[in-house]
Amino acid sequence: MTASLTHLQQLEAEAIHIMREVVAEFARPVMLYSVGKDSSVMLHLARKAFAPAKIPFPLLHVDTTWKFKEMIAFRDRMAAKHGFQLLTHTNPEGIKQNVGPFTHGSATHTDIMKTQALKQALTKHQFDAVFGGARRDEEKSRAKERIFSFRDAQQRWDPRNQRPELWNIYNTRIKPQQSIRVFPLSNWTELDIWQYIYAENIEIPALYFAKPRPVVERDGTLIMVDDARMPLRPNEQPQTKMVRFRTLGCYPLTGAIESSATSLPEIIEETLKATTSERQGRVIDRDSAGSMEKKKQEGYF
Amino acid sequence: MSTTHGPGIDDYLRQHEQKELLRFITCGNVDDGKSTLIGRLLHDAQALYDDQITDDLDFASLLDGLQAEREQGITIDVAYRYFATDKRKFIIADTPGHAQYTRNMATGASTSDLAVILIDAEKGVQAQTKRHSFIVSSLGIKHIIVAVNKMDQVGFSQARYKDIQQDYLKIAGLLDIPDIHFVPVAALHGDNVVQKSANTPWFRGRTLLEYLETLPIQRPKSNAMRFPVQWVNRANFGDGPGFRGYAGSLASGEVKVGDTVRVLPSGQLSSISRILTFDGELQSAQAPQAVTLTLNDELDISRGDMLVEKDALPYTSARLRAKLVWMHEDALQTERDYLLKMGSQSATVTPERVRYRIDMNTLKEQEAQQLGLNEIGLVDLQAQRPLVFDSYKQNRQTGAFILIDKQTNATVAAGIIEKPLADNELATPPRKGPVTWQEPSVSKAQRAAIKQQKPVILWFTGLSGAGKSTLANAVEERLLALEKHTYLLDGDNIRHGLNRGLGFTEADRIENIRRIGEVAKLFVDAGTIVLSAFISPLRSNRDYVRELVQEGEFVEIFVDTPLAVCEQRDSKGLYAKARRGEIANFTGISSPYEPPEQPELRVDMSEMRVEDAVELVVGYLRERGYVHSP
Repeated sequence: MTASLTHLQQLEAEAIHIMREVVAEFARPVMLYSVGKDSSVMLHLARKAFAPAKIPFPLLHVDTTWKFKEMIAFRDRMAAKHGFQLLTHTNPEGIKQNVGPFTHGSATHTDIMKTQALKQALTKHQFDAVFGGARRDEEKSRAKERIFSFRDAQQRWDPRNQRPELWNIYNTRIKPQQSIRVFPLSNWTELDIWQYIYAENIEIPALYFAKPRPVVERDGTLIMVDDARMPLRPNEQPQTKMVRFRTLGCYPLTGAIESSATSLPEIIEETLKATTSERQGRVIDRDSAGSMEKKKQEGYF
Repeated sequence: MSTTHGPGIDDYLRQHEQKELLRFITCGNVDDGKSTLIGRLLHDAQALYDDQITDDLDFASLLDGLQAEREQGITIDVAYRYFATDKRKFIIADTPGHAQYTRNMATGASTSDLAVILIDAEKGVQAQTKRHSFIVSSLGIKHIIVAVNKMDQVGFSQARYKDIQQDYLKIAGLLDIPDIHFVPVAALHGDNVVQKSANTPWFRGRTLLEYLETLPIQRPKSNAMRFPVQWVNRANFGDGPGFRGYAGSLASGEVKVGDTVRVLPSGQLSSISRILTFDGELQSAQAPQAVTLTLNDELDISRGDMLVEKDALPYTSARLRAKLVWMHEDALQTERDYLLKMGSQSATVTPERVRYRIDMNTLKEQEAQQLGLNEIGLVDLQAQRPLVFDSYKQNRQTGAFILIDKQTNATVAAGIIEKPLADNELATPPRKGPVTWQEPSVSKAQRAAIKQQKPVILWFTGLSGAGKSTLANAVEERLLALEKHTYLLDGDNIRHGLNRGLGFTEADRIENIRRIGEVAKLFVDAGTIVLSAFISPLRSNRDYVRELVQEGEFVEIFVDTPLAVCEQRDSKGLYAKARRGEIANFTGISSPYEPPEQPELRVDMSEMRVEDAVELVVGYLRERGYVHSP
């Protein structure tokens, strides 16, 4: 008998099993593609799950128009390289009203350009299953969400009325207008993600690696000046610092960290050292946990 | 990329990558301190790298994830936690202890290999402890760690700990849990959770974390290859020949290129041509790997089919008996359609009847017509098409299913398969006509009472020449000497009369057994002990007879004499003829014998004298109260 699988191999097998189950059982699946590291892992797993065939569903990117330029370039390069169908959606109402984080504040921007935009795109294309890259170790309300997470016709999550999920048998039955959000990475931890990226040599945006970049320090956070839309305050002067990003999103809302980590092992090392304090940070961060639950009930991922 | 990272990181990653994964469930009553224990475990395990955190953290509020829970101070759903130590990586299924959330516990247990059961040292073993233990053992968990918590509240009393240990072992005796360990802990202060406690010098076992890190985990018995086809991959390569691969995850066992496989339920044979993955072709793959297989023959295979090892077949049957954990407010209704989902198979099923329900306080079986929320019972199900499965005991992956309400799409039950049942259609439907059932005025019980015995069918099964008739005759003589009323049905003799005209084709063999079963049932009704000696090679046929009579009225005796010995004896010269091809369908030579999986008795007549075997059978009848000896 051969040696049993390592935990990464087991996690990979589980994720592939979940993706295949969705393709076999749903008419119109889609994968959310946010260009970040978790999305990169999801893309890699989808290529694995359906080889030698191409990925049999489109990838959807909700473009708030405020993403890092590098993210958009990376996204388009990946689509060309791997030949998957890429859909993008921007909230037309938001464009009309010129919504942005600097003018409307982060909460309104996120609601209109992310949550509402996502719901528009899902409704427009009538998707019945939507892959997301969320992990249960990310946040407390995620820890209680199913891998196949039911959404009603209004795309809402009802945490107190979830379907029991036993073994690896998933209830995929829905009625018209309802949908299921599917989280193949549910059982992965942040360390597993990094480790897998390293082991599988998965391409991720260069923004994750430290490089001299122009930043301003604003309210204790380092914000990268990615384009001319960023209004500088009177005393602000962009400085070039060696920084990288731990998560990727809209550049005005994404803080950089000073770092010298230019390789994956260095990032992993930094992550390992940071993990303890990050967890401690979460302990006191109870209000934000509650607000994530609320956002999810409203239809956010 | 530069390689200026610390020298330790590659080693660390390599070591982390090789770690084994252990999934476990924690169960306890509302106030047993479960959240505190998990919080303590996570905290102290992390603290191996970090020593800054003080002792008075509110662990429970750290874990309760949903706002509603924090408001009410309770835990309402299964939550999954992740942590790792130097030795293993862990996923905890954290489930609440309220009675109404049995379904969550079953959910958490379904993917766990081990359970940590909490007992409050002050309160001791309670009704819920029993319930939790029953649920986890029903779901196939073989390892239990009993954490006797709040030891500080009982002054770390060894006597109290021992009492609880004894009480718990009494419960465990009723359940199938081979591996149990006890740890006295005080989760709030950390005693024996991660660090050995100075307060329990009398305790010589390991700490909770040490057990979790080191207990060898017993994996399922079955290594038989099972590959449920999940999705048919028809990759299109332009003008080239169409690709047709079968994508799926190995549920158990191993598959190699060249292996002969059987496709179920159709029964066709083929062999593995290629094992494909994104990373290249493999020579072999093992559970739970997700691969794509191609076969050497063009067969019509689709989602829901299963590729299996040709020499270790699962069951194929449209009827089955399963333990159901009912998970919905709307109770189970017999004669109503549900959707069964099992691996990649789906089928409409109808519950025929509830055989019993478990009384969760006594763990005893009680009669029931239906199953309500959080109840567990044994149910017979009829599917609209044949299903391919194993018993849950043999294979957790291919012996489990869920039931879905077809109207609401809610998941209403978890199913744990006990065994297949004979197809109802095997029995010839009664001829149409004025035939009604007459209820006799003297009952079976009265007939049996006057004979001072409990009627039963002693069903001797085994190969030709195994010694079935010899043993059955000797047992009958012995019972006669004990003044019991018996009747022996012999295979050859029955074929001279009642079953004259039946041949040895599969259909005739099934009919042969059906008639014998009906006759045996009449004798049981008459209060008689029936001995029957037939090869009866098919499991489903024997189970059919078992189904005809009531629980306890069918005792299967497997006369398990090796084929080589039977063939060597060959008292009737039949094996020689079969080998020469003069007899078709000869059991053991040219047609299969399916040995019983759980016979009440097993005897090997090549190892045992006839009188000893008789003693074994009669001893069994005495012990179970079928006969009373003077």
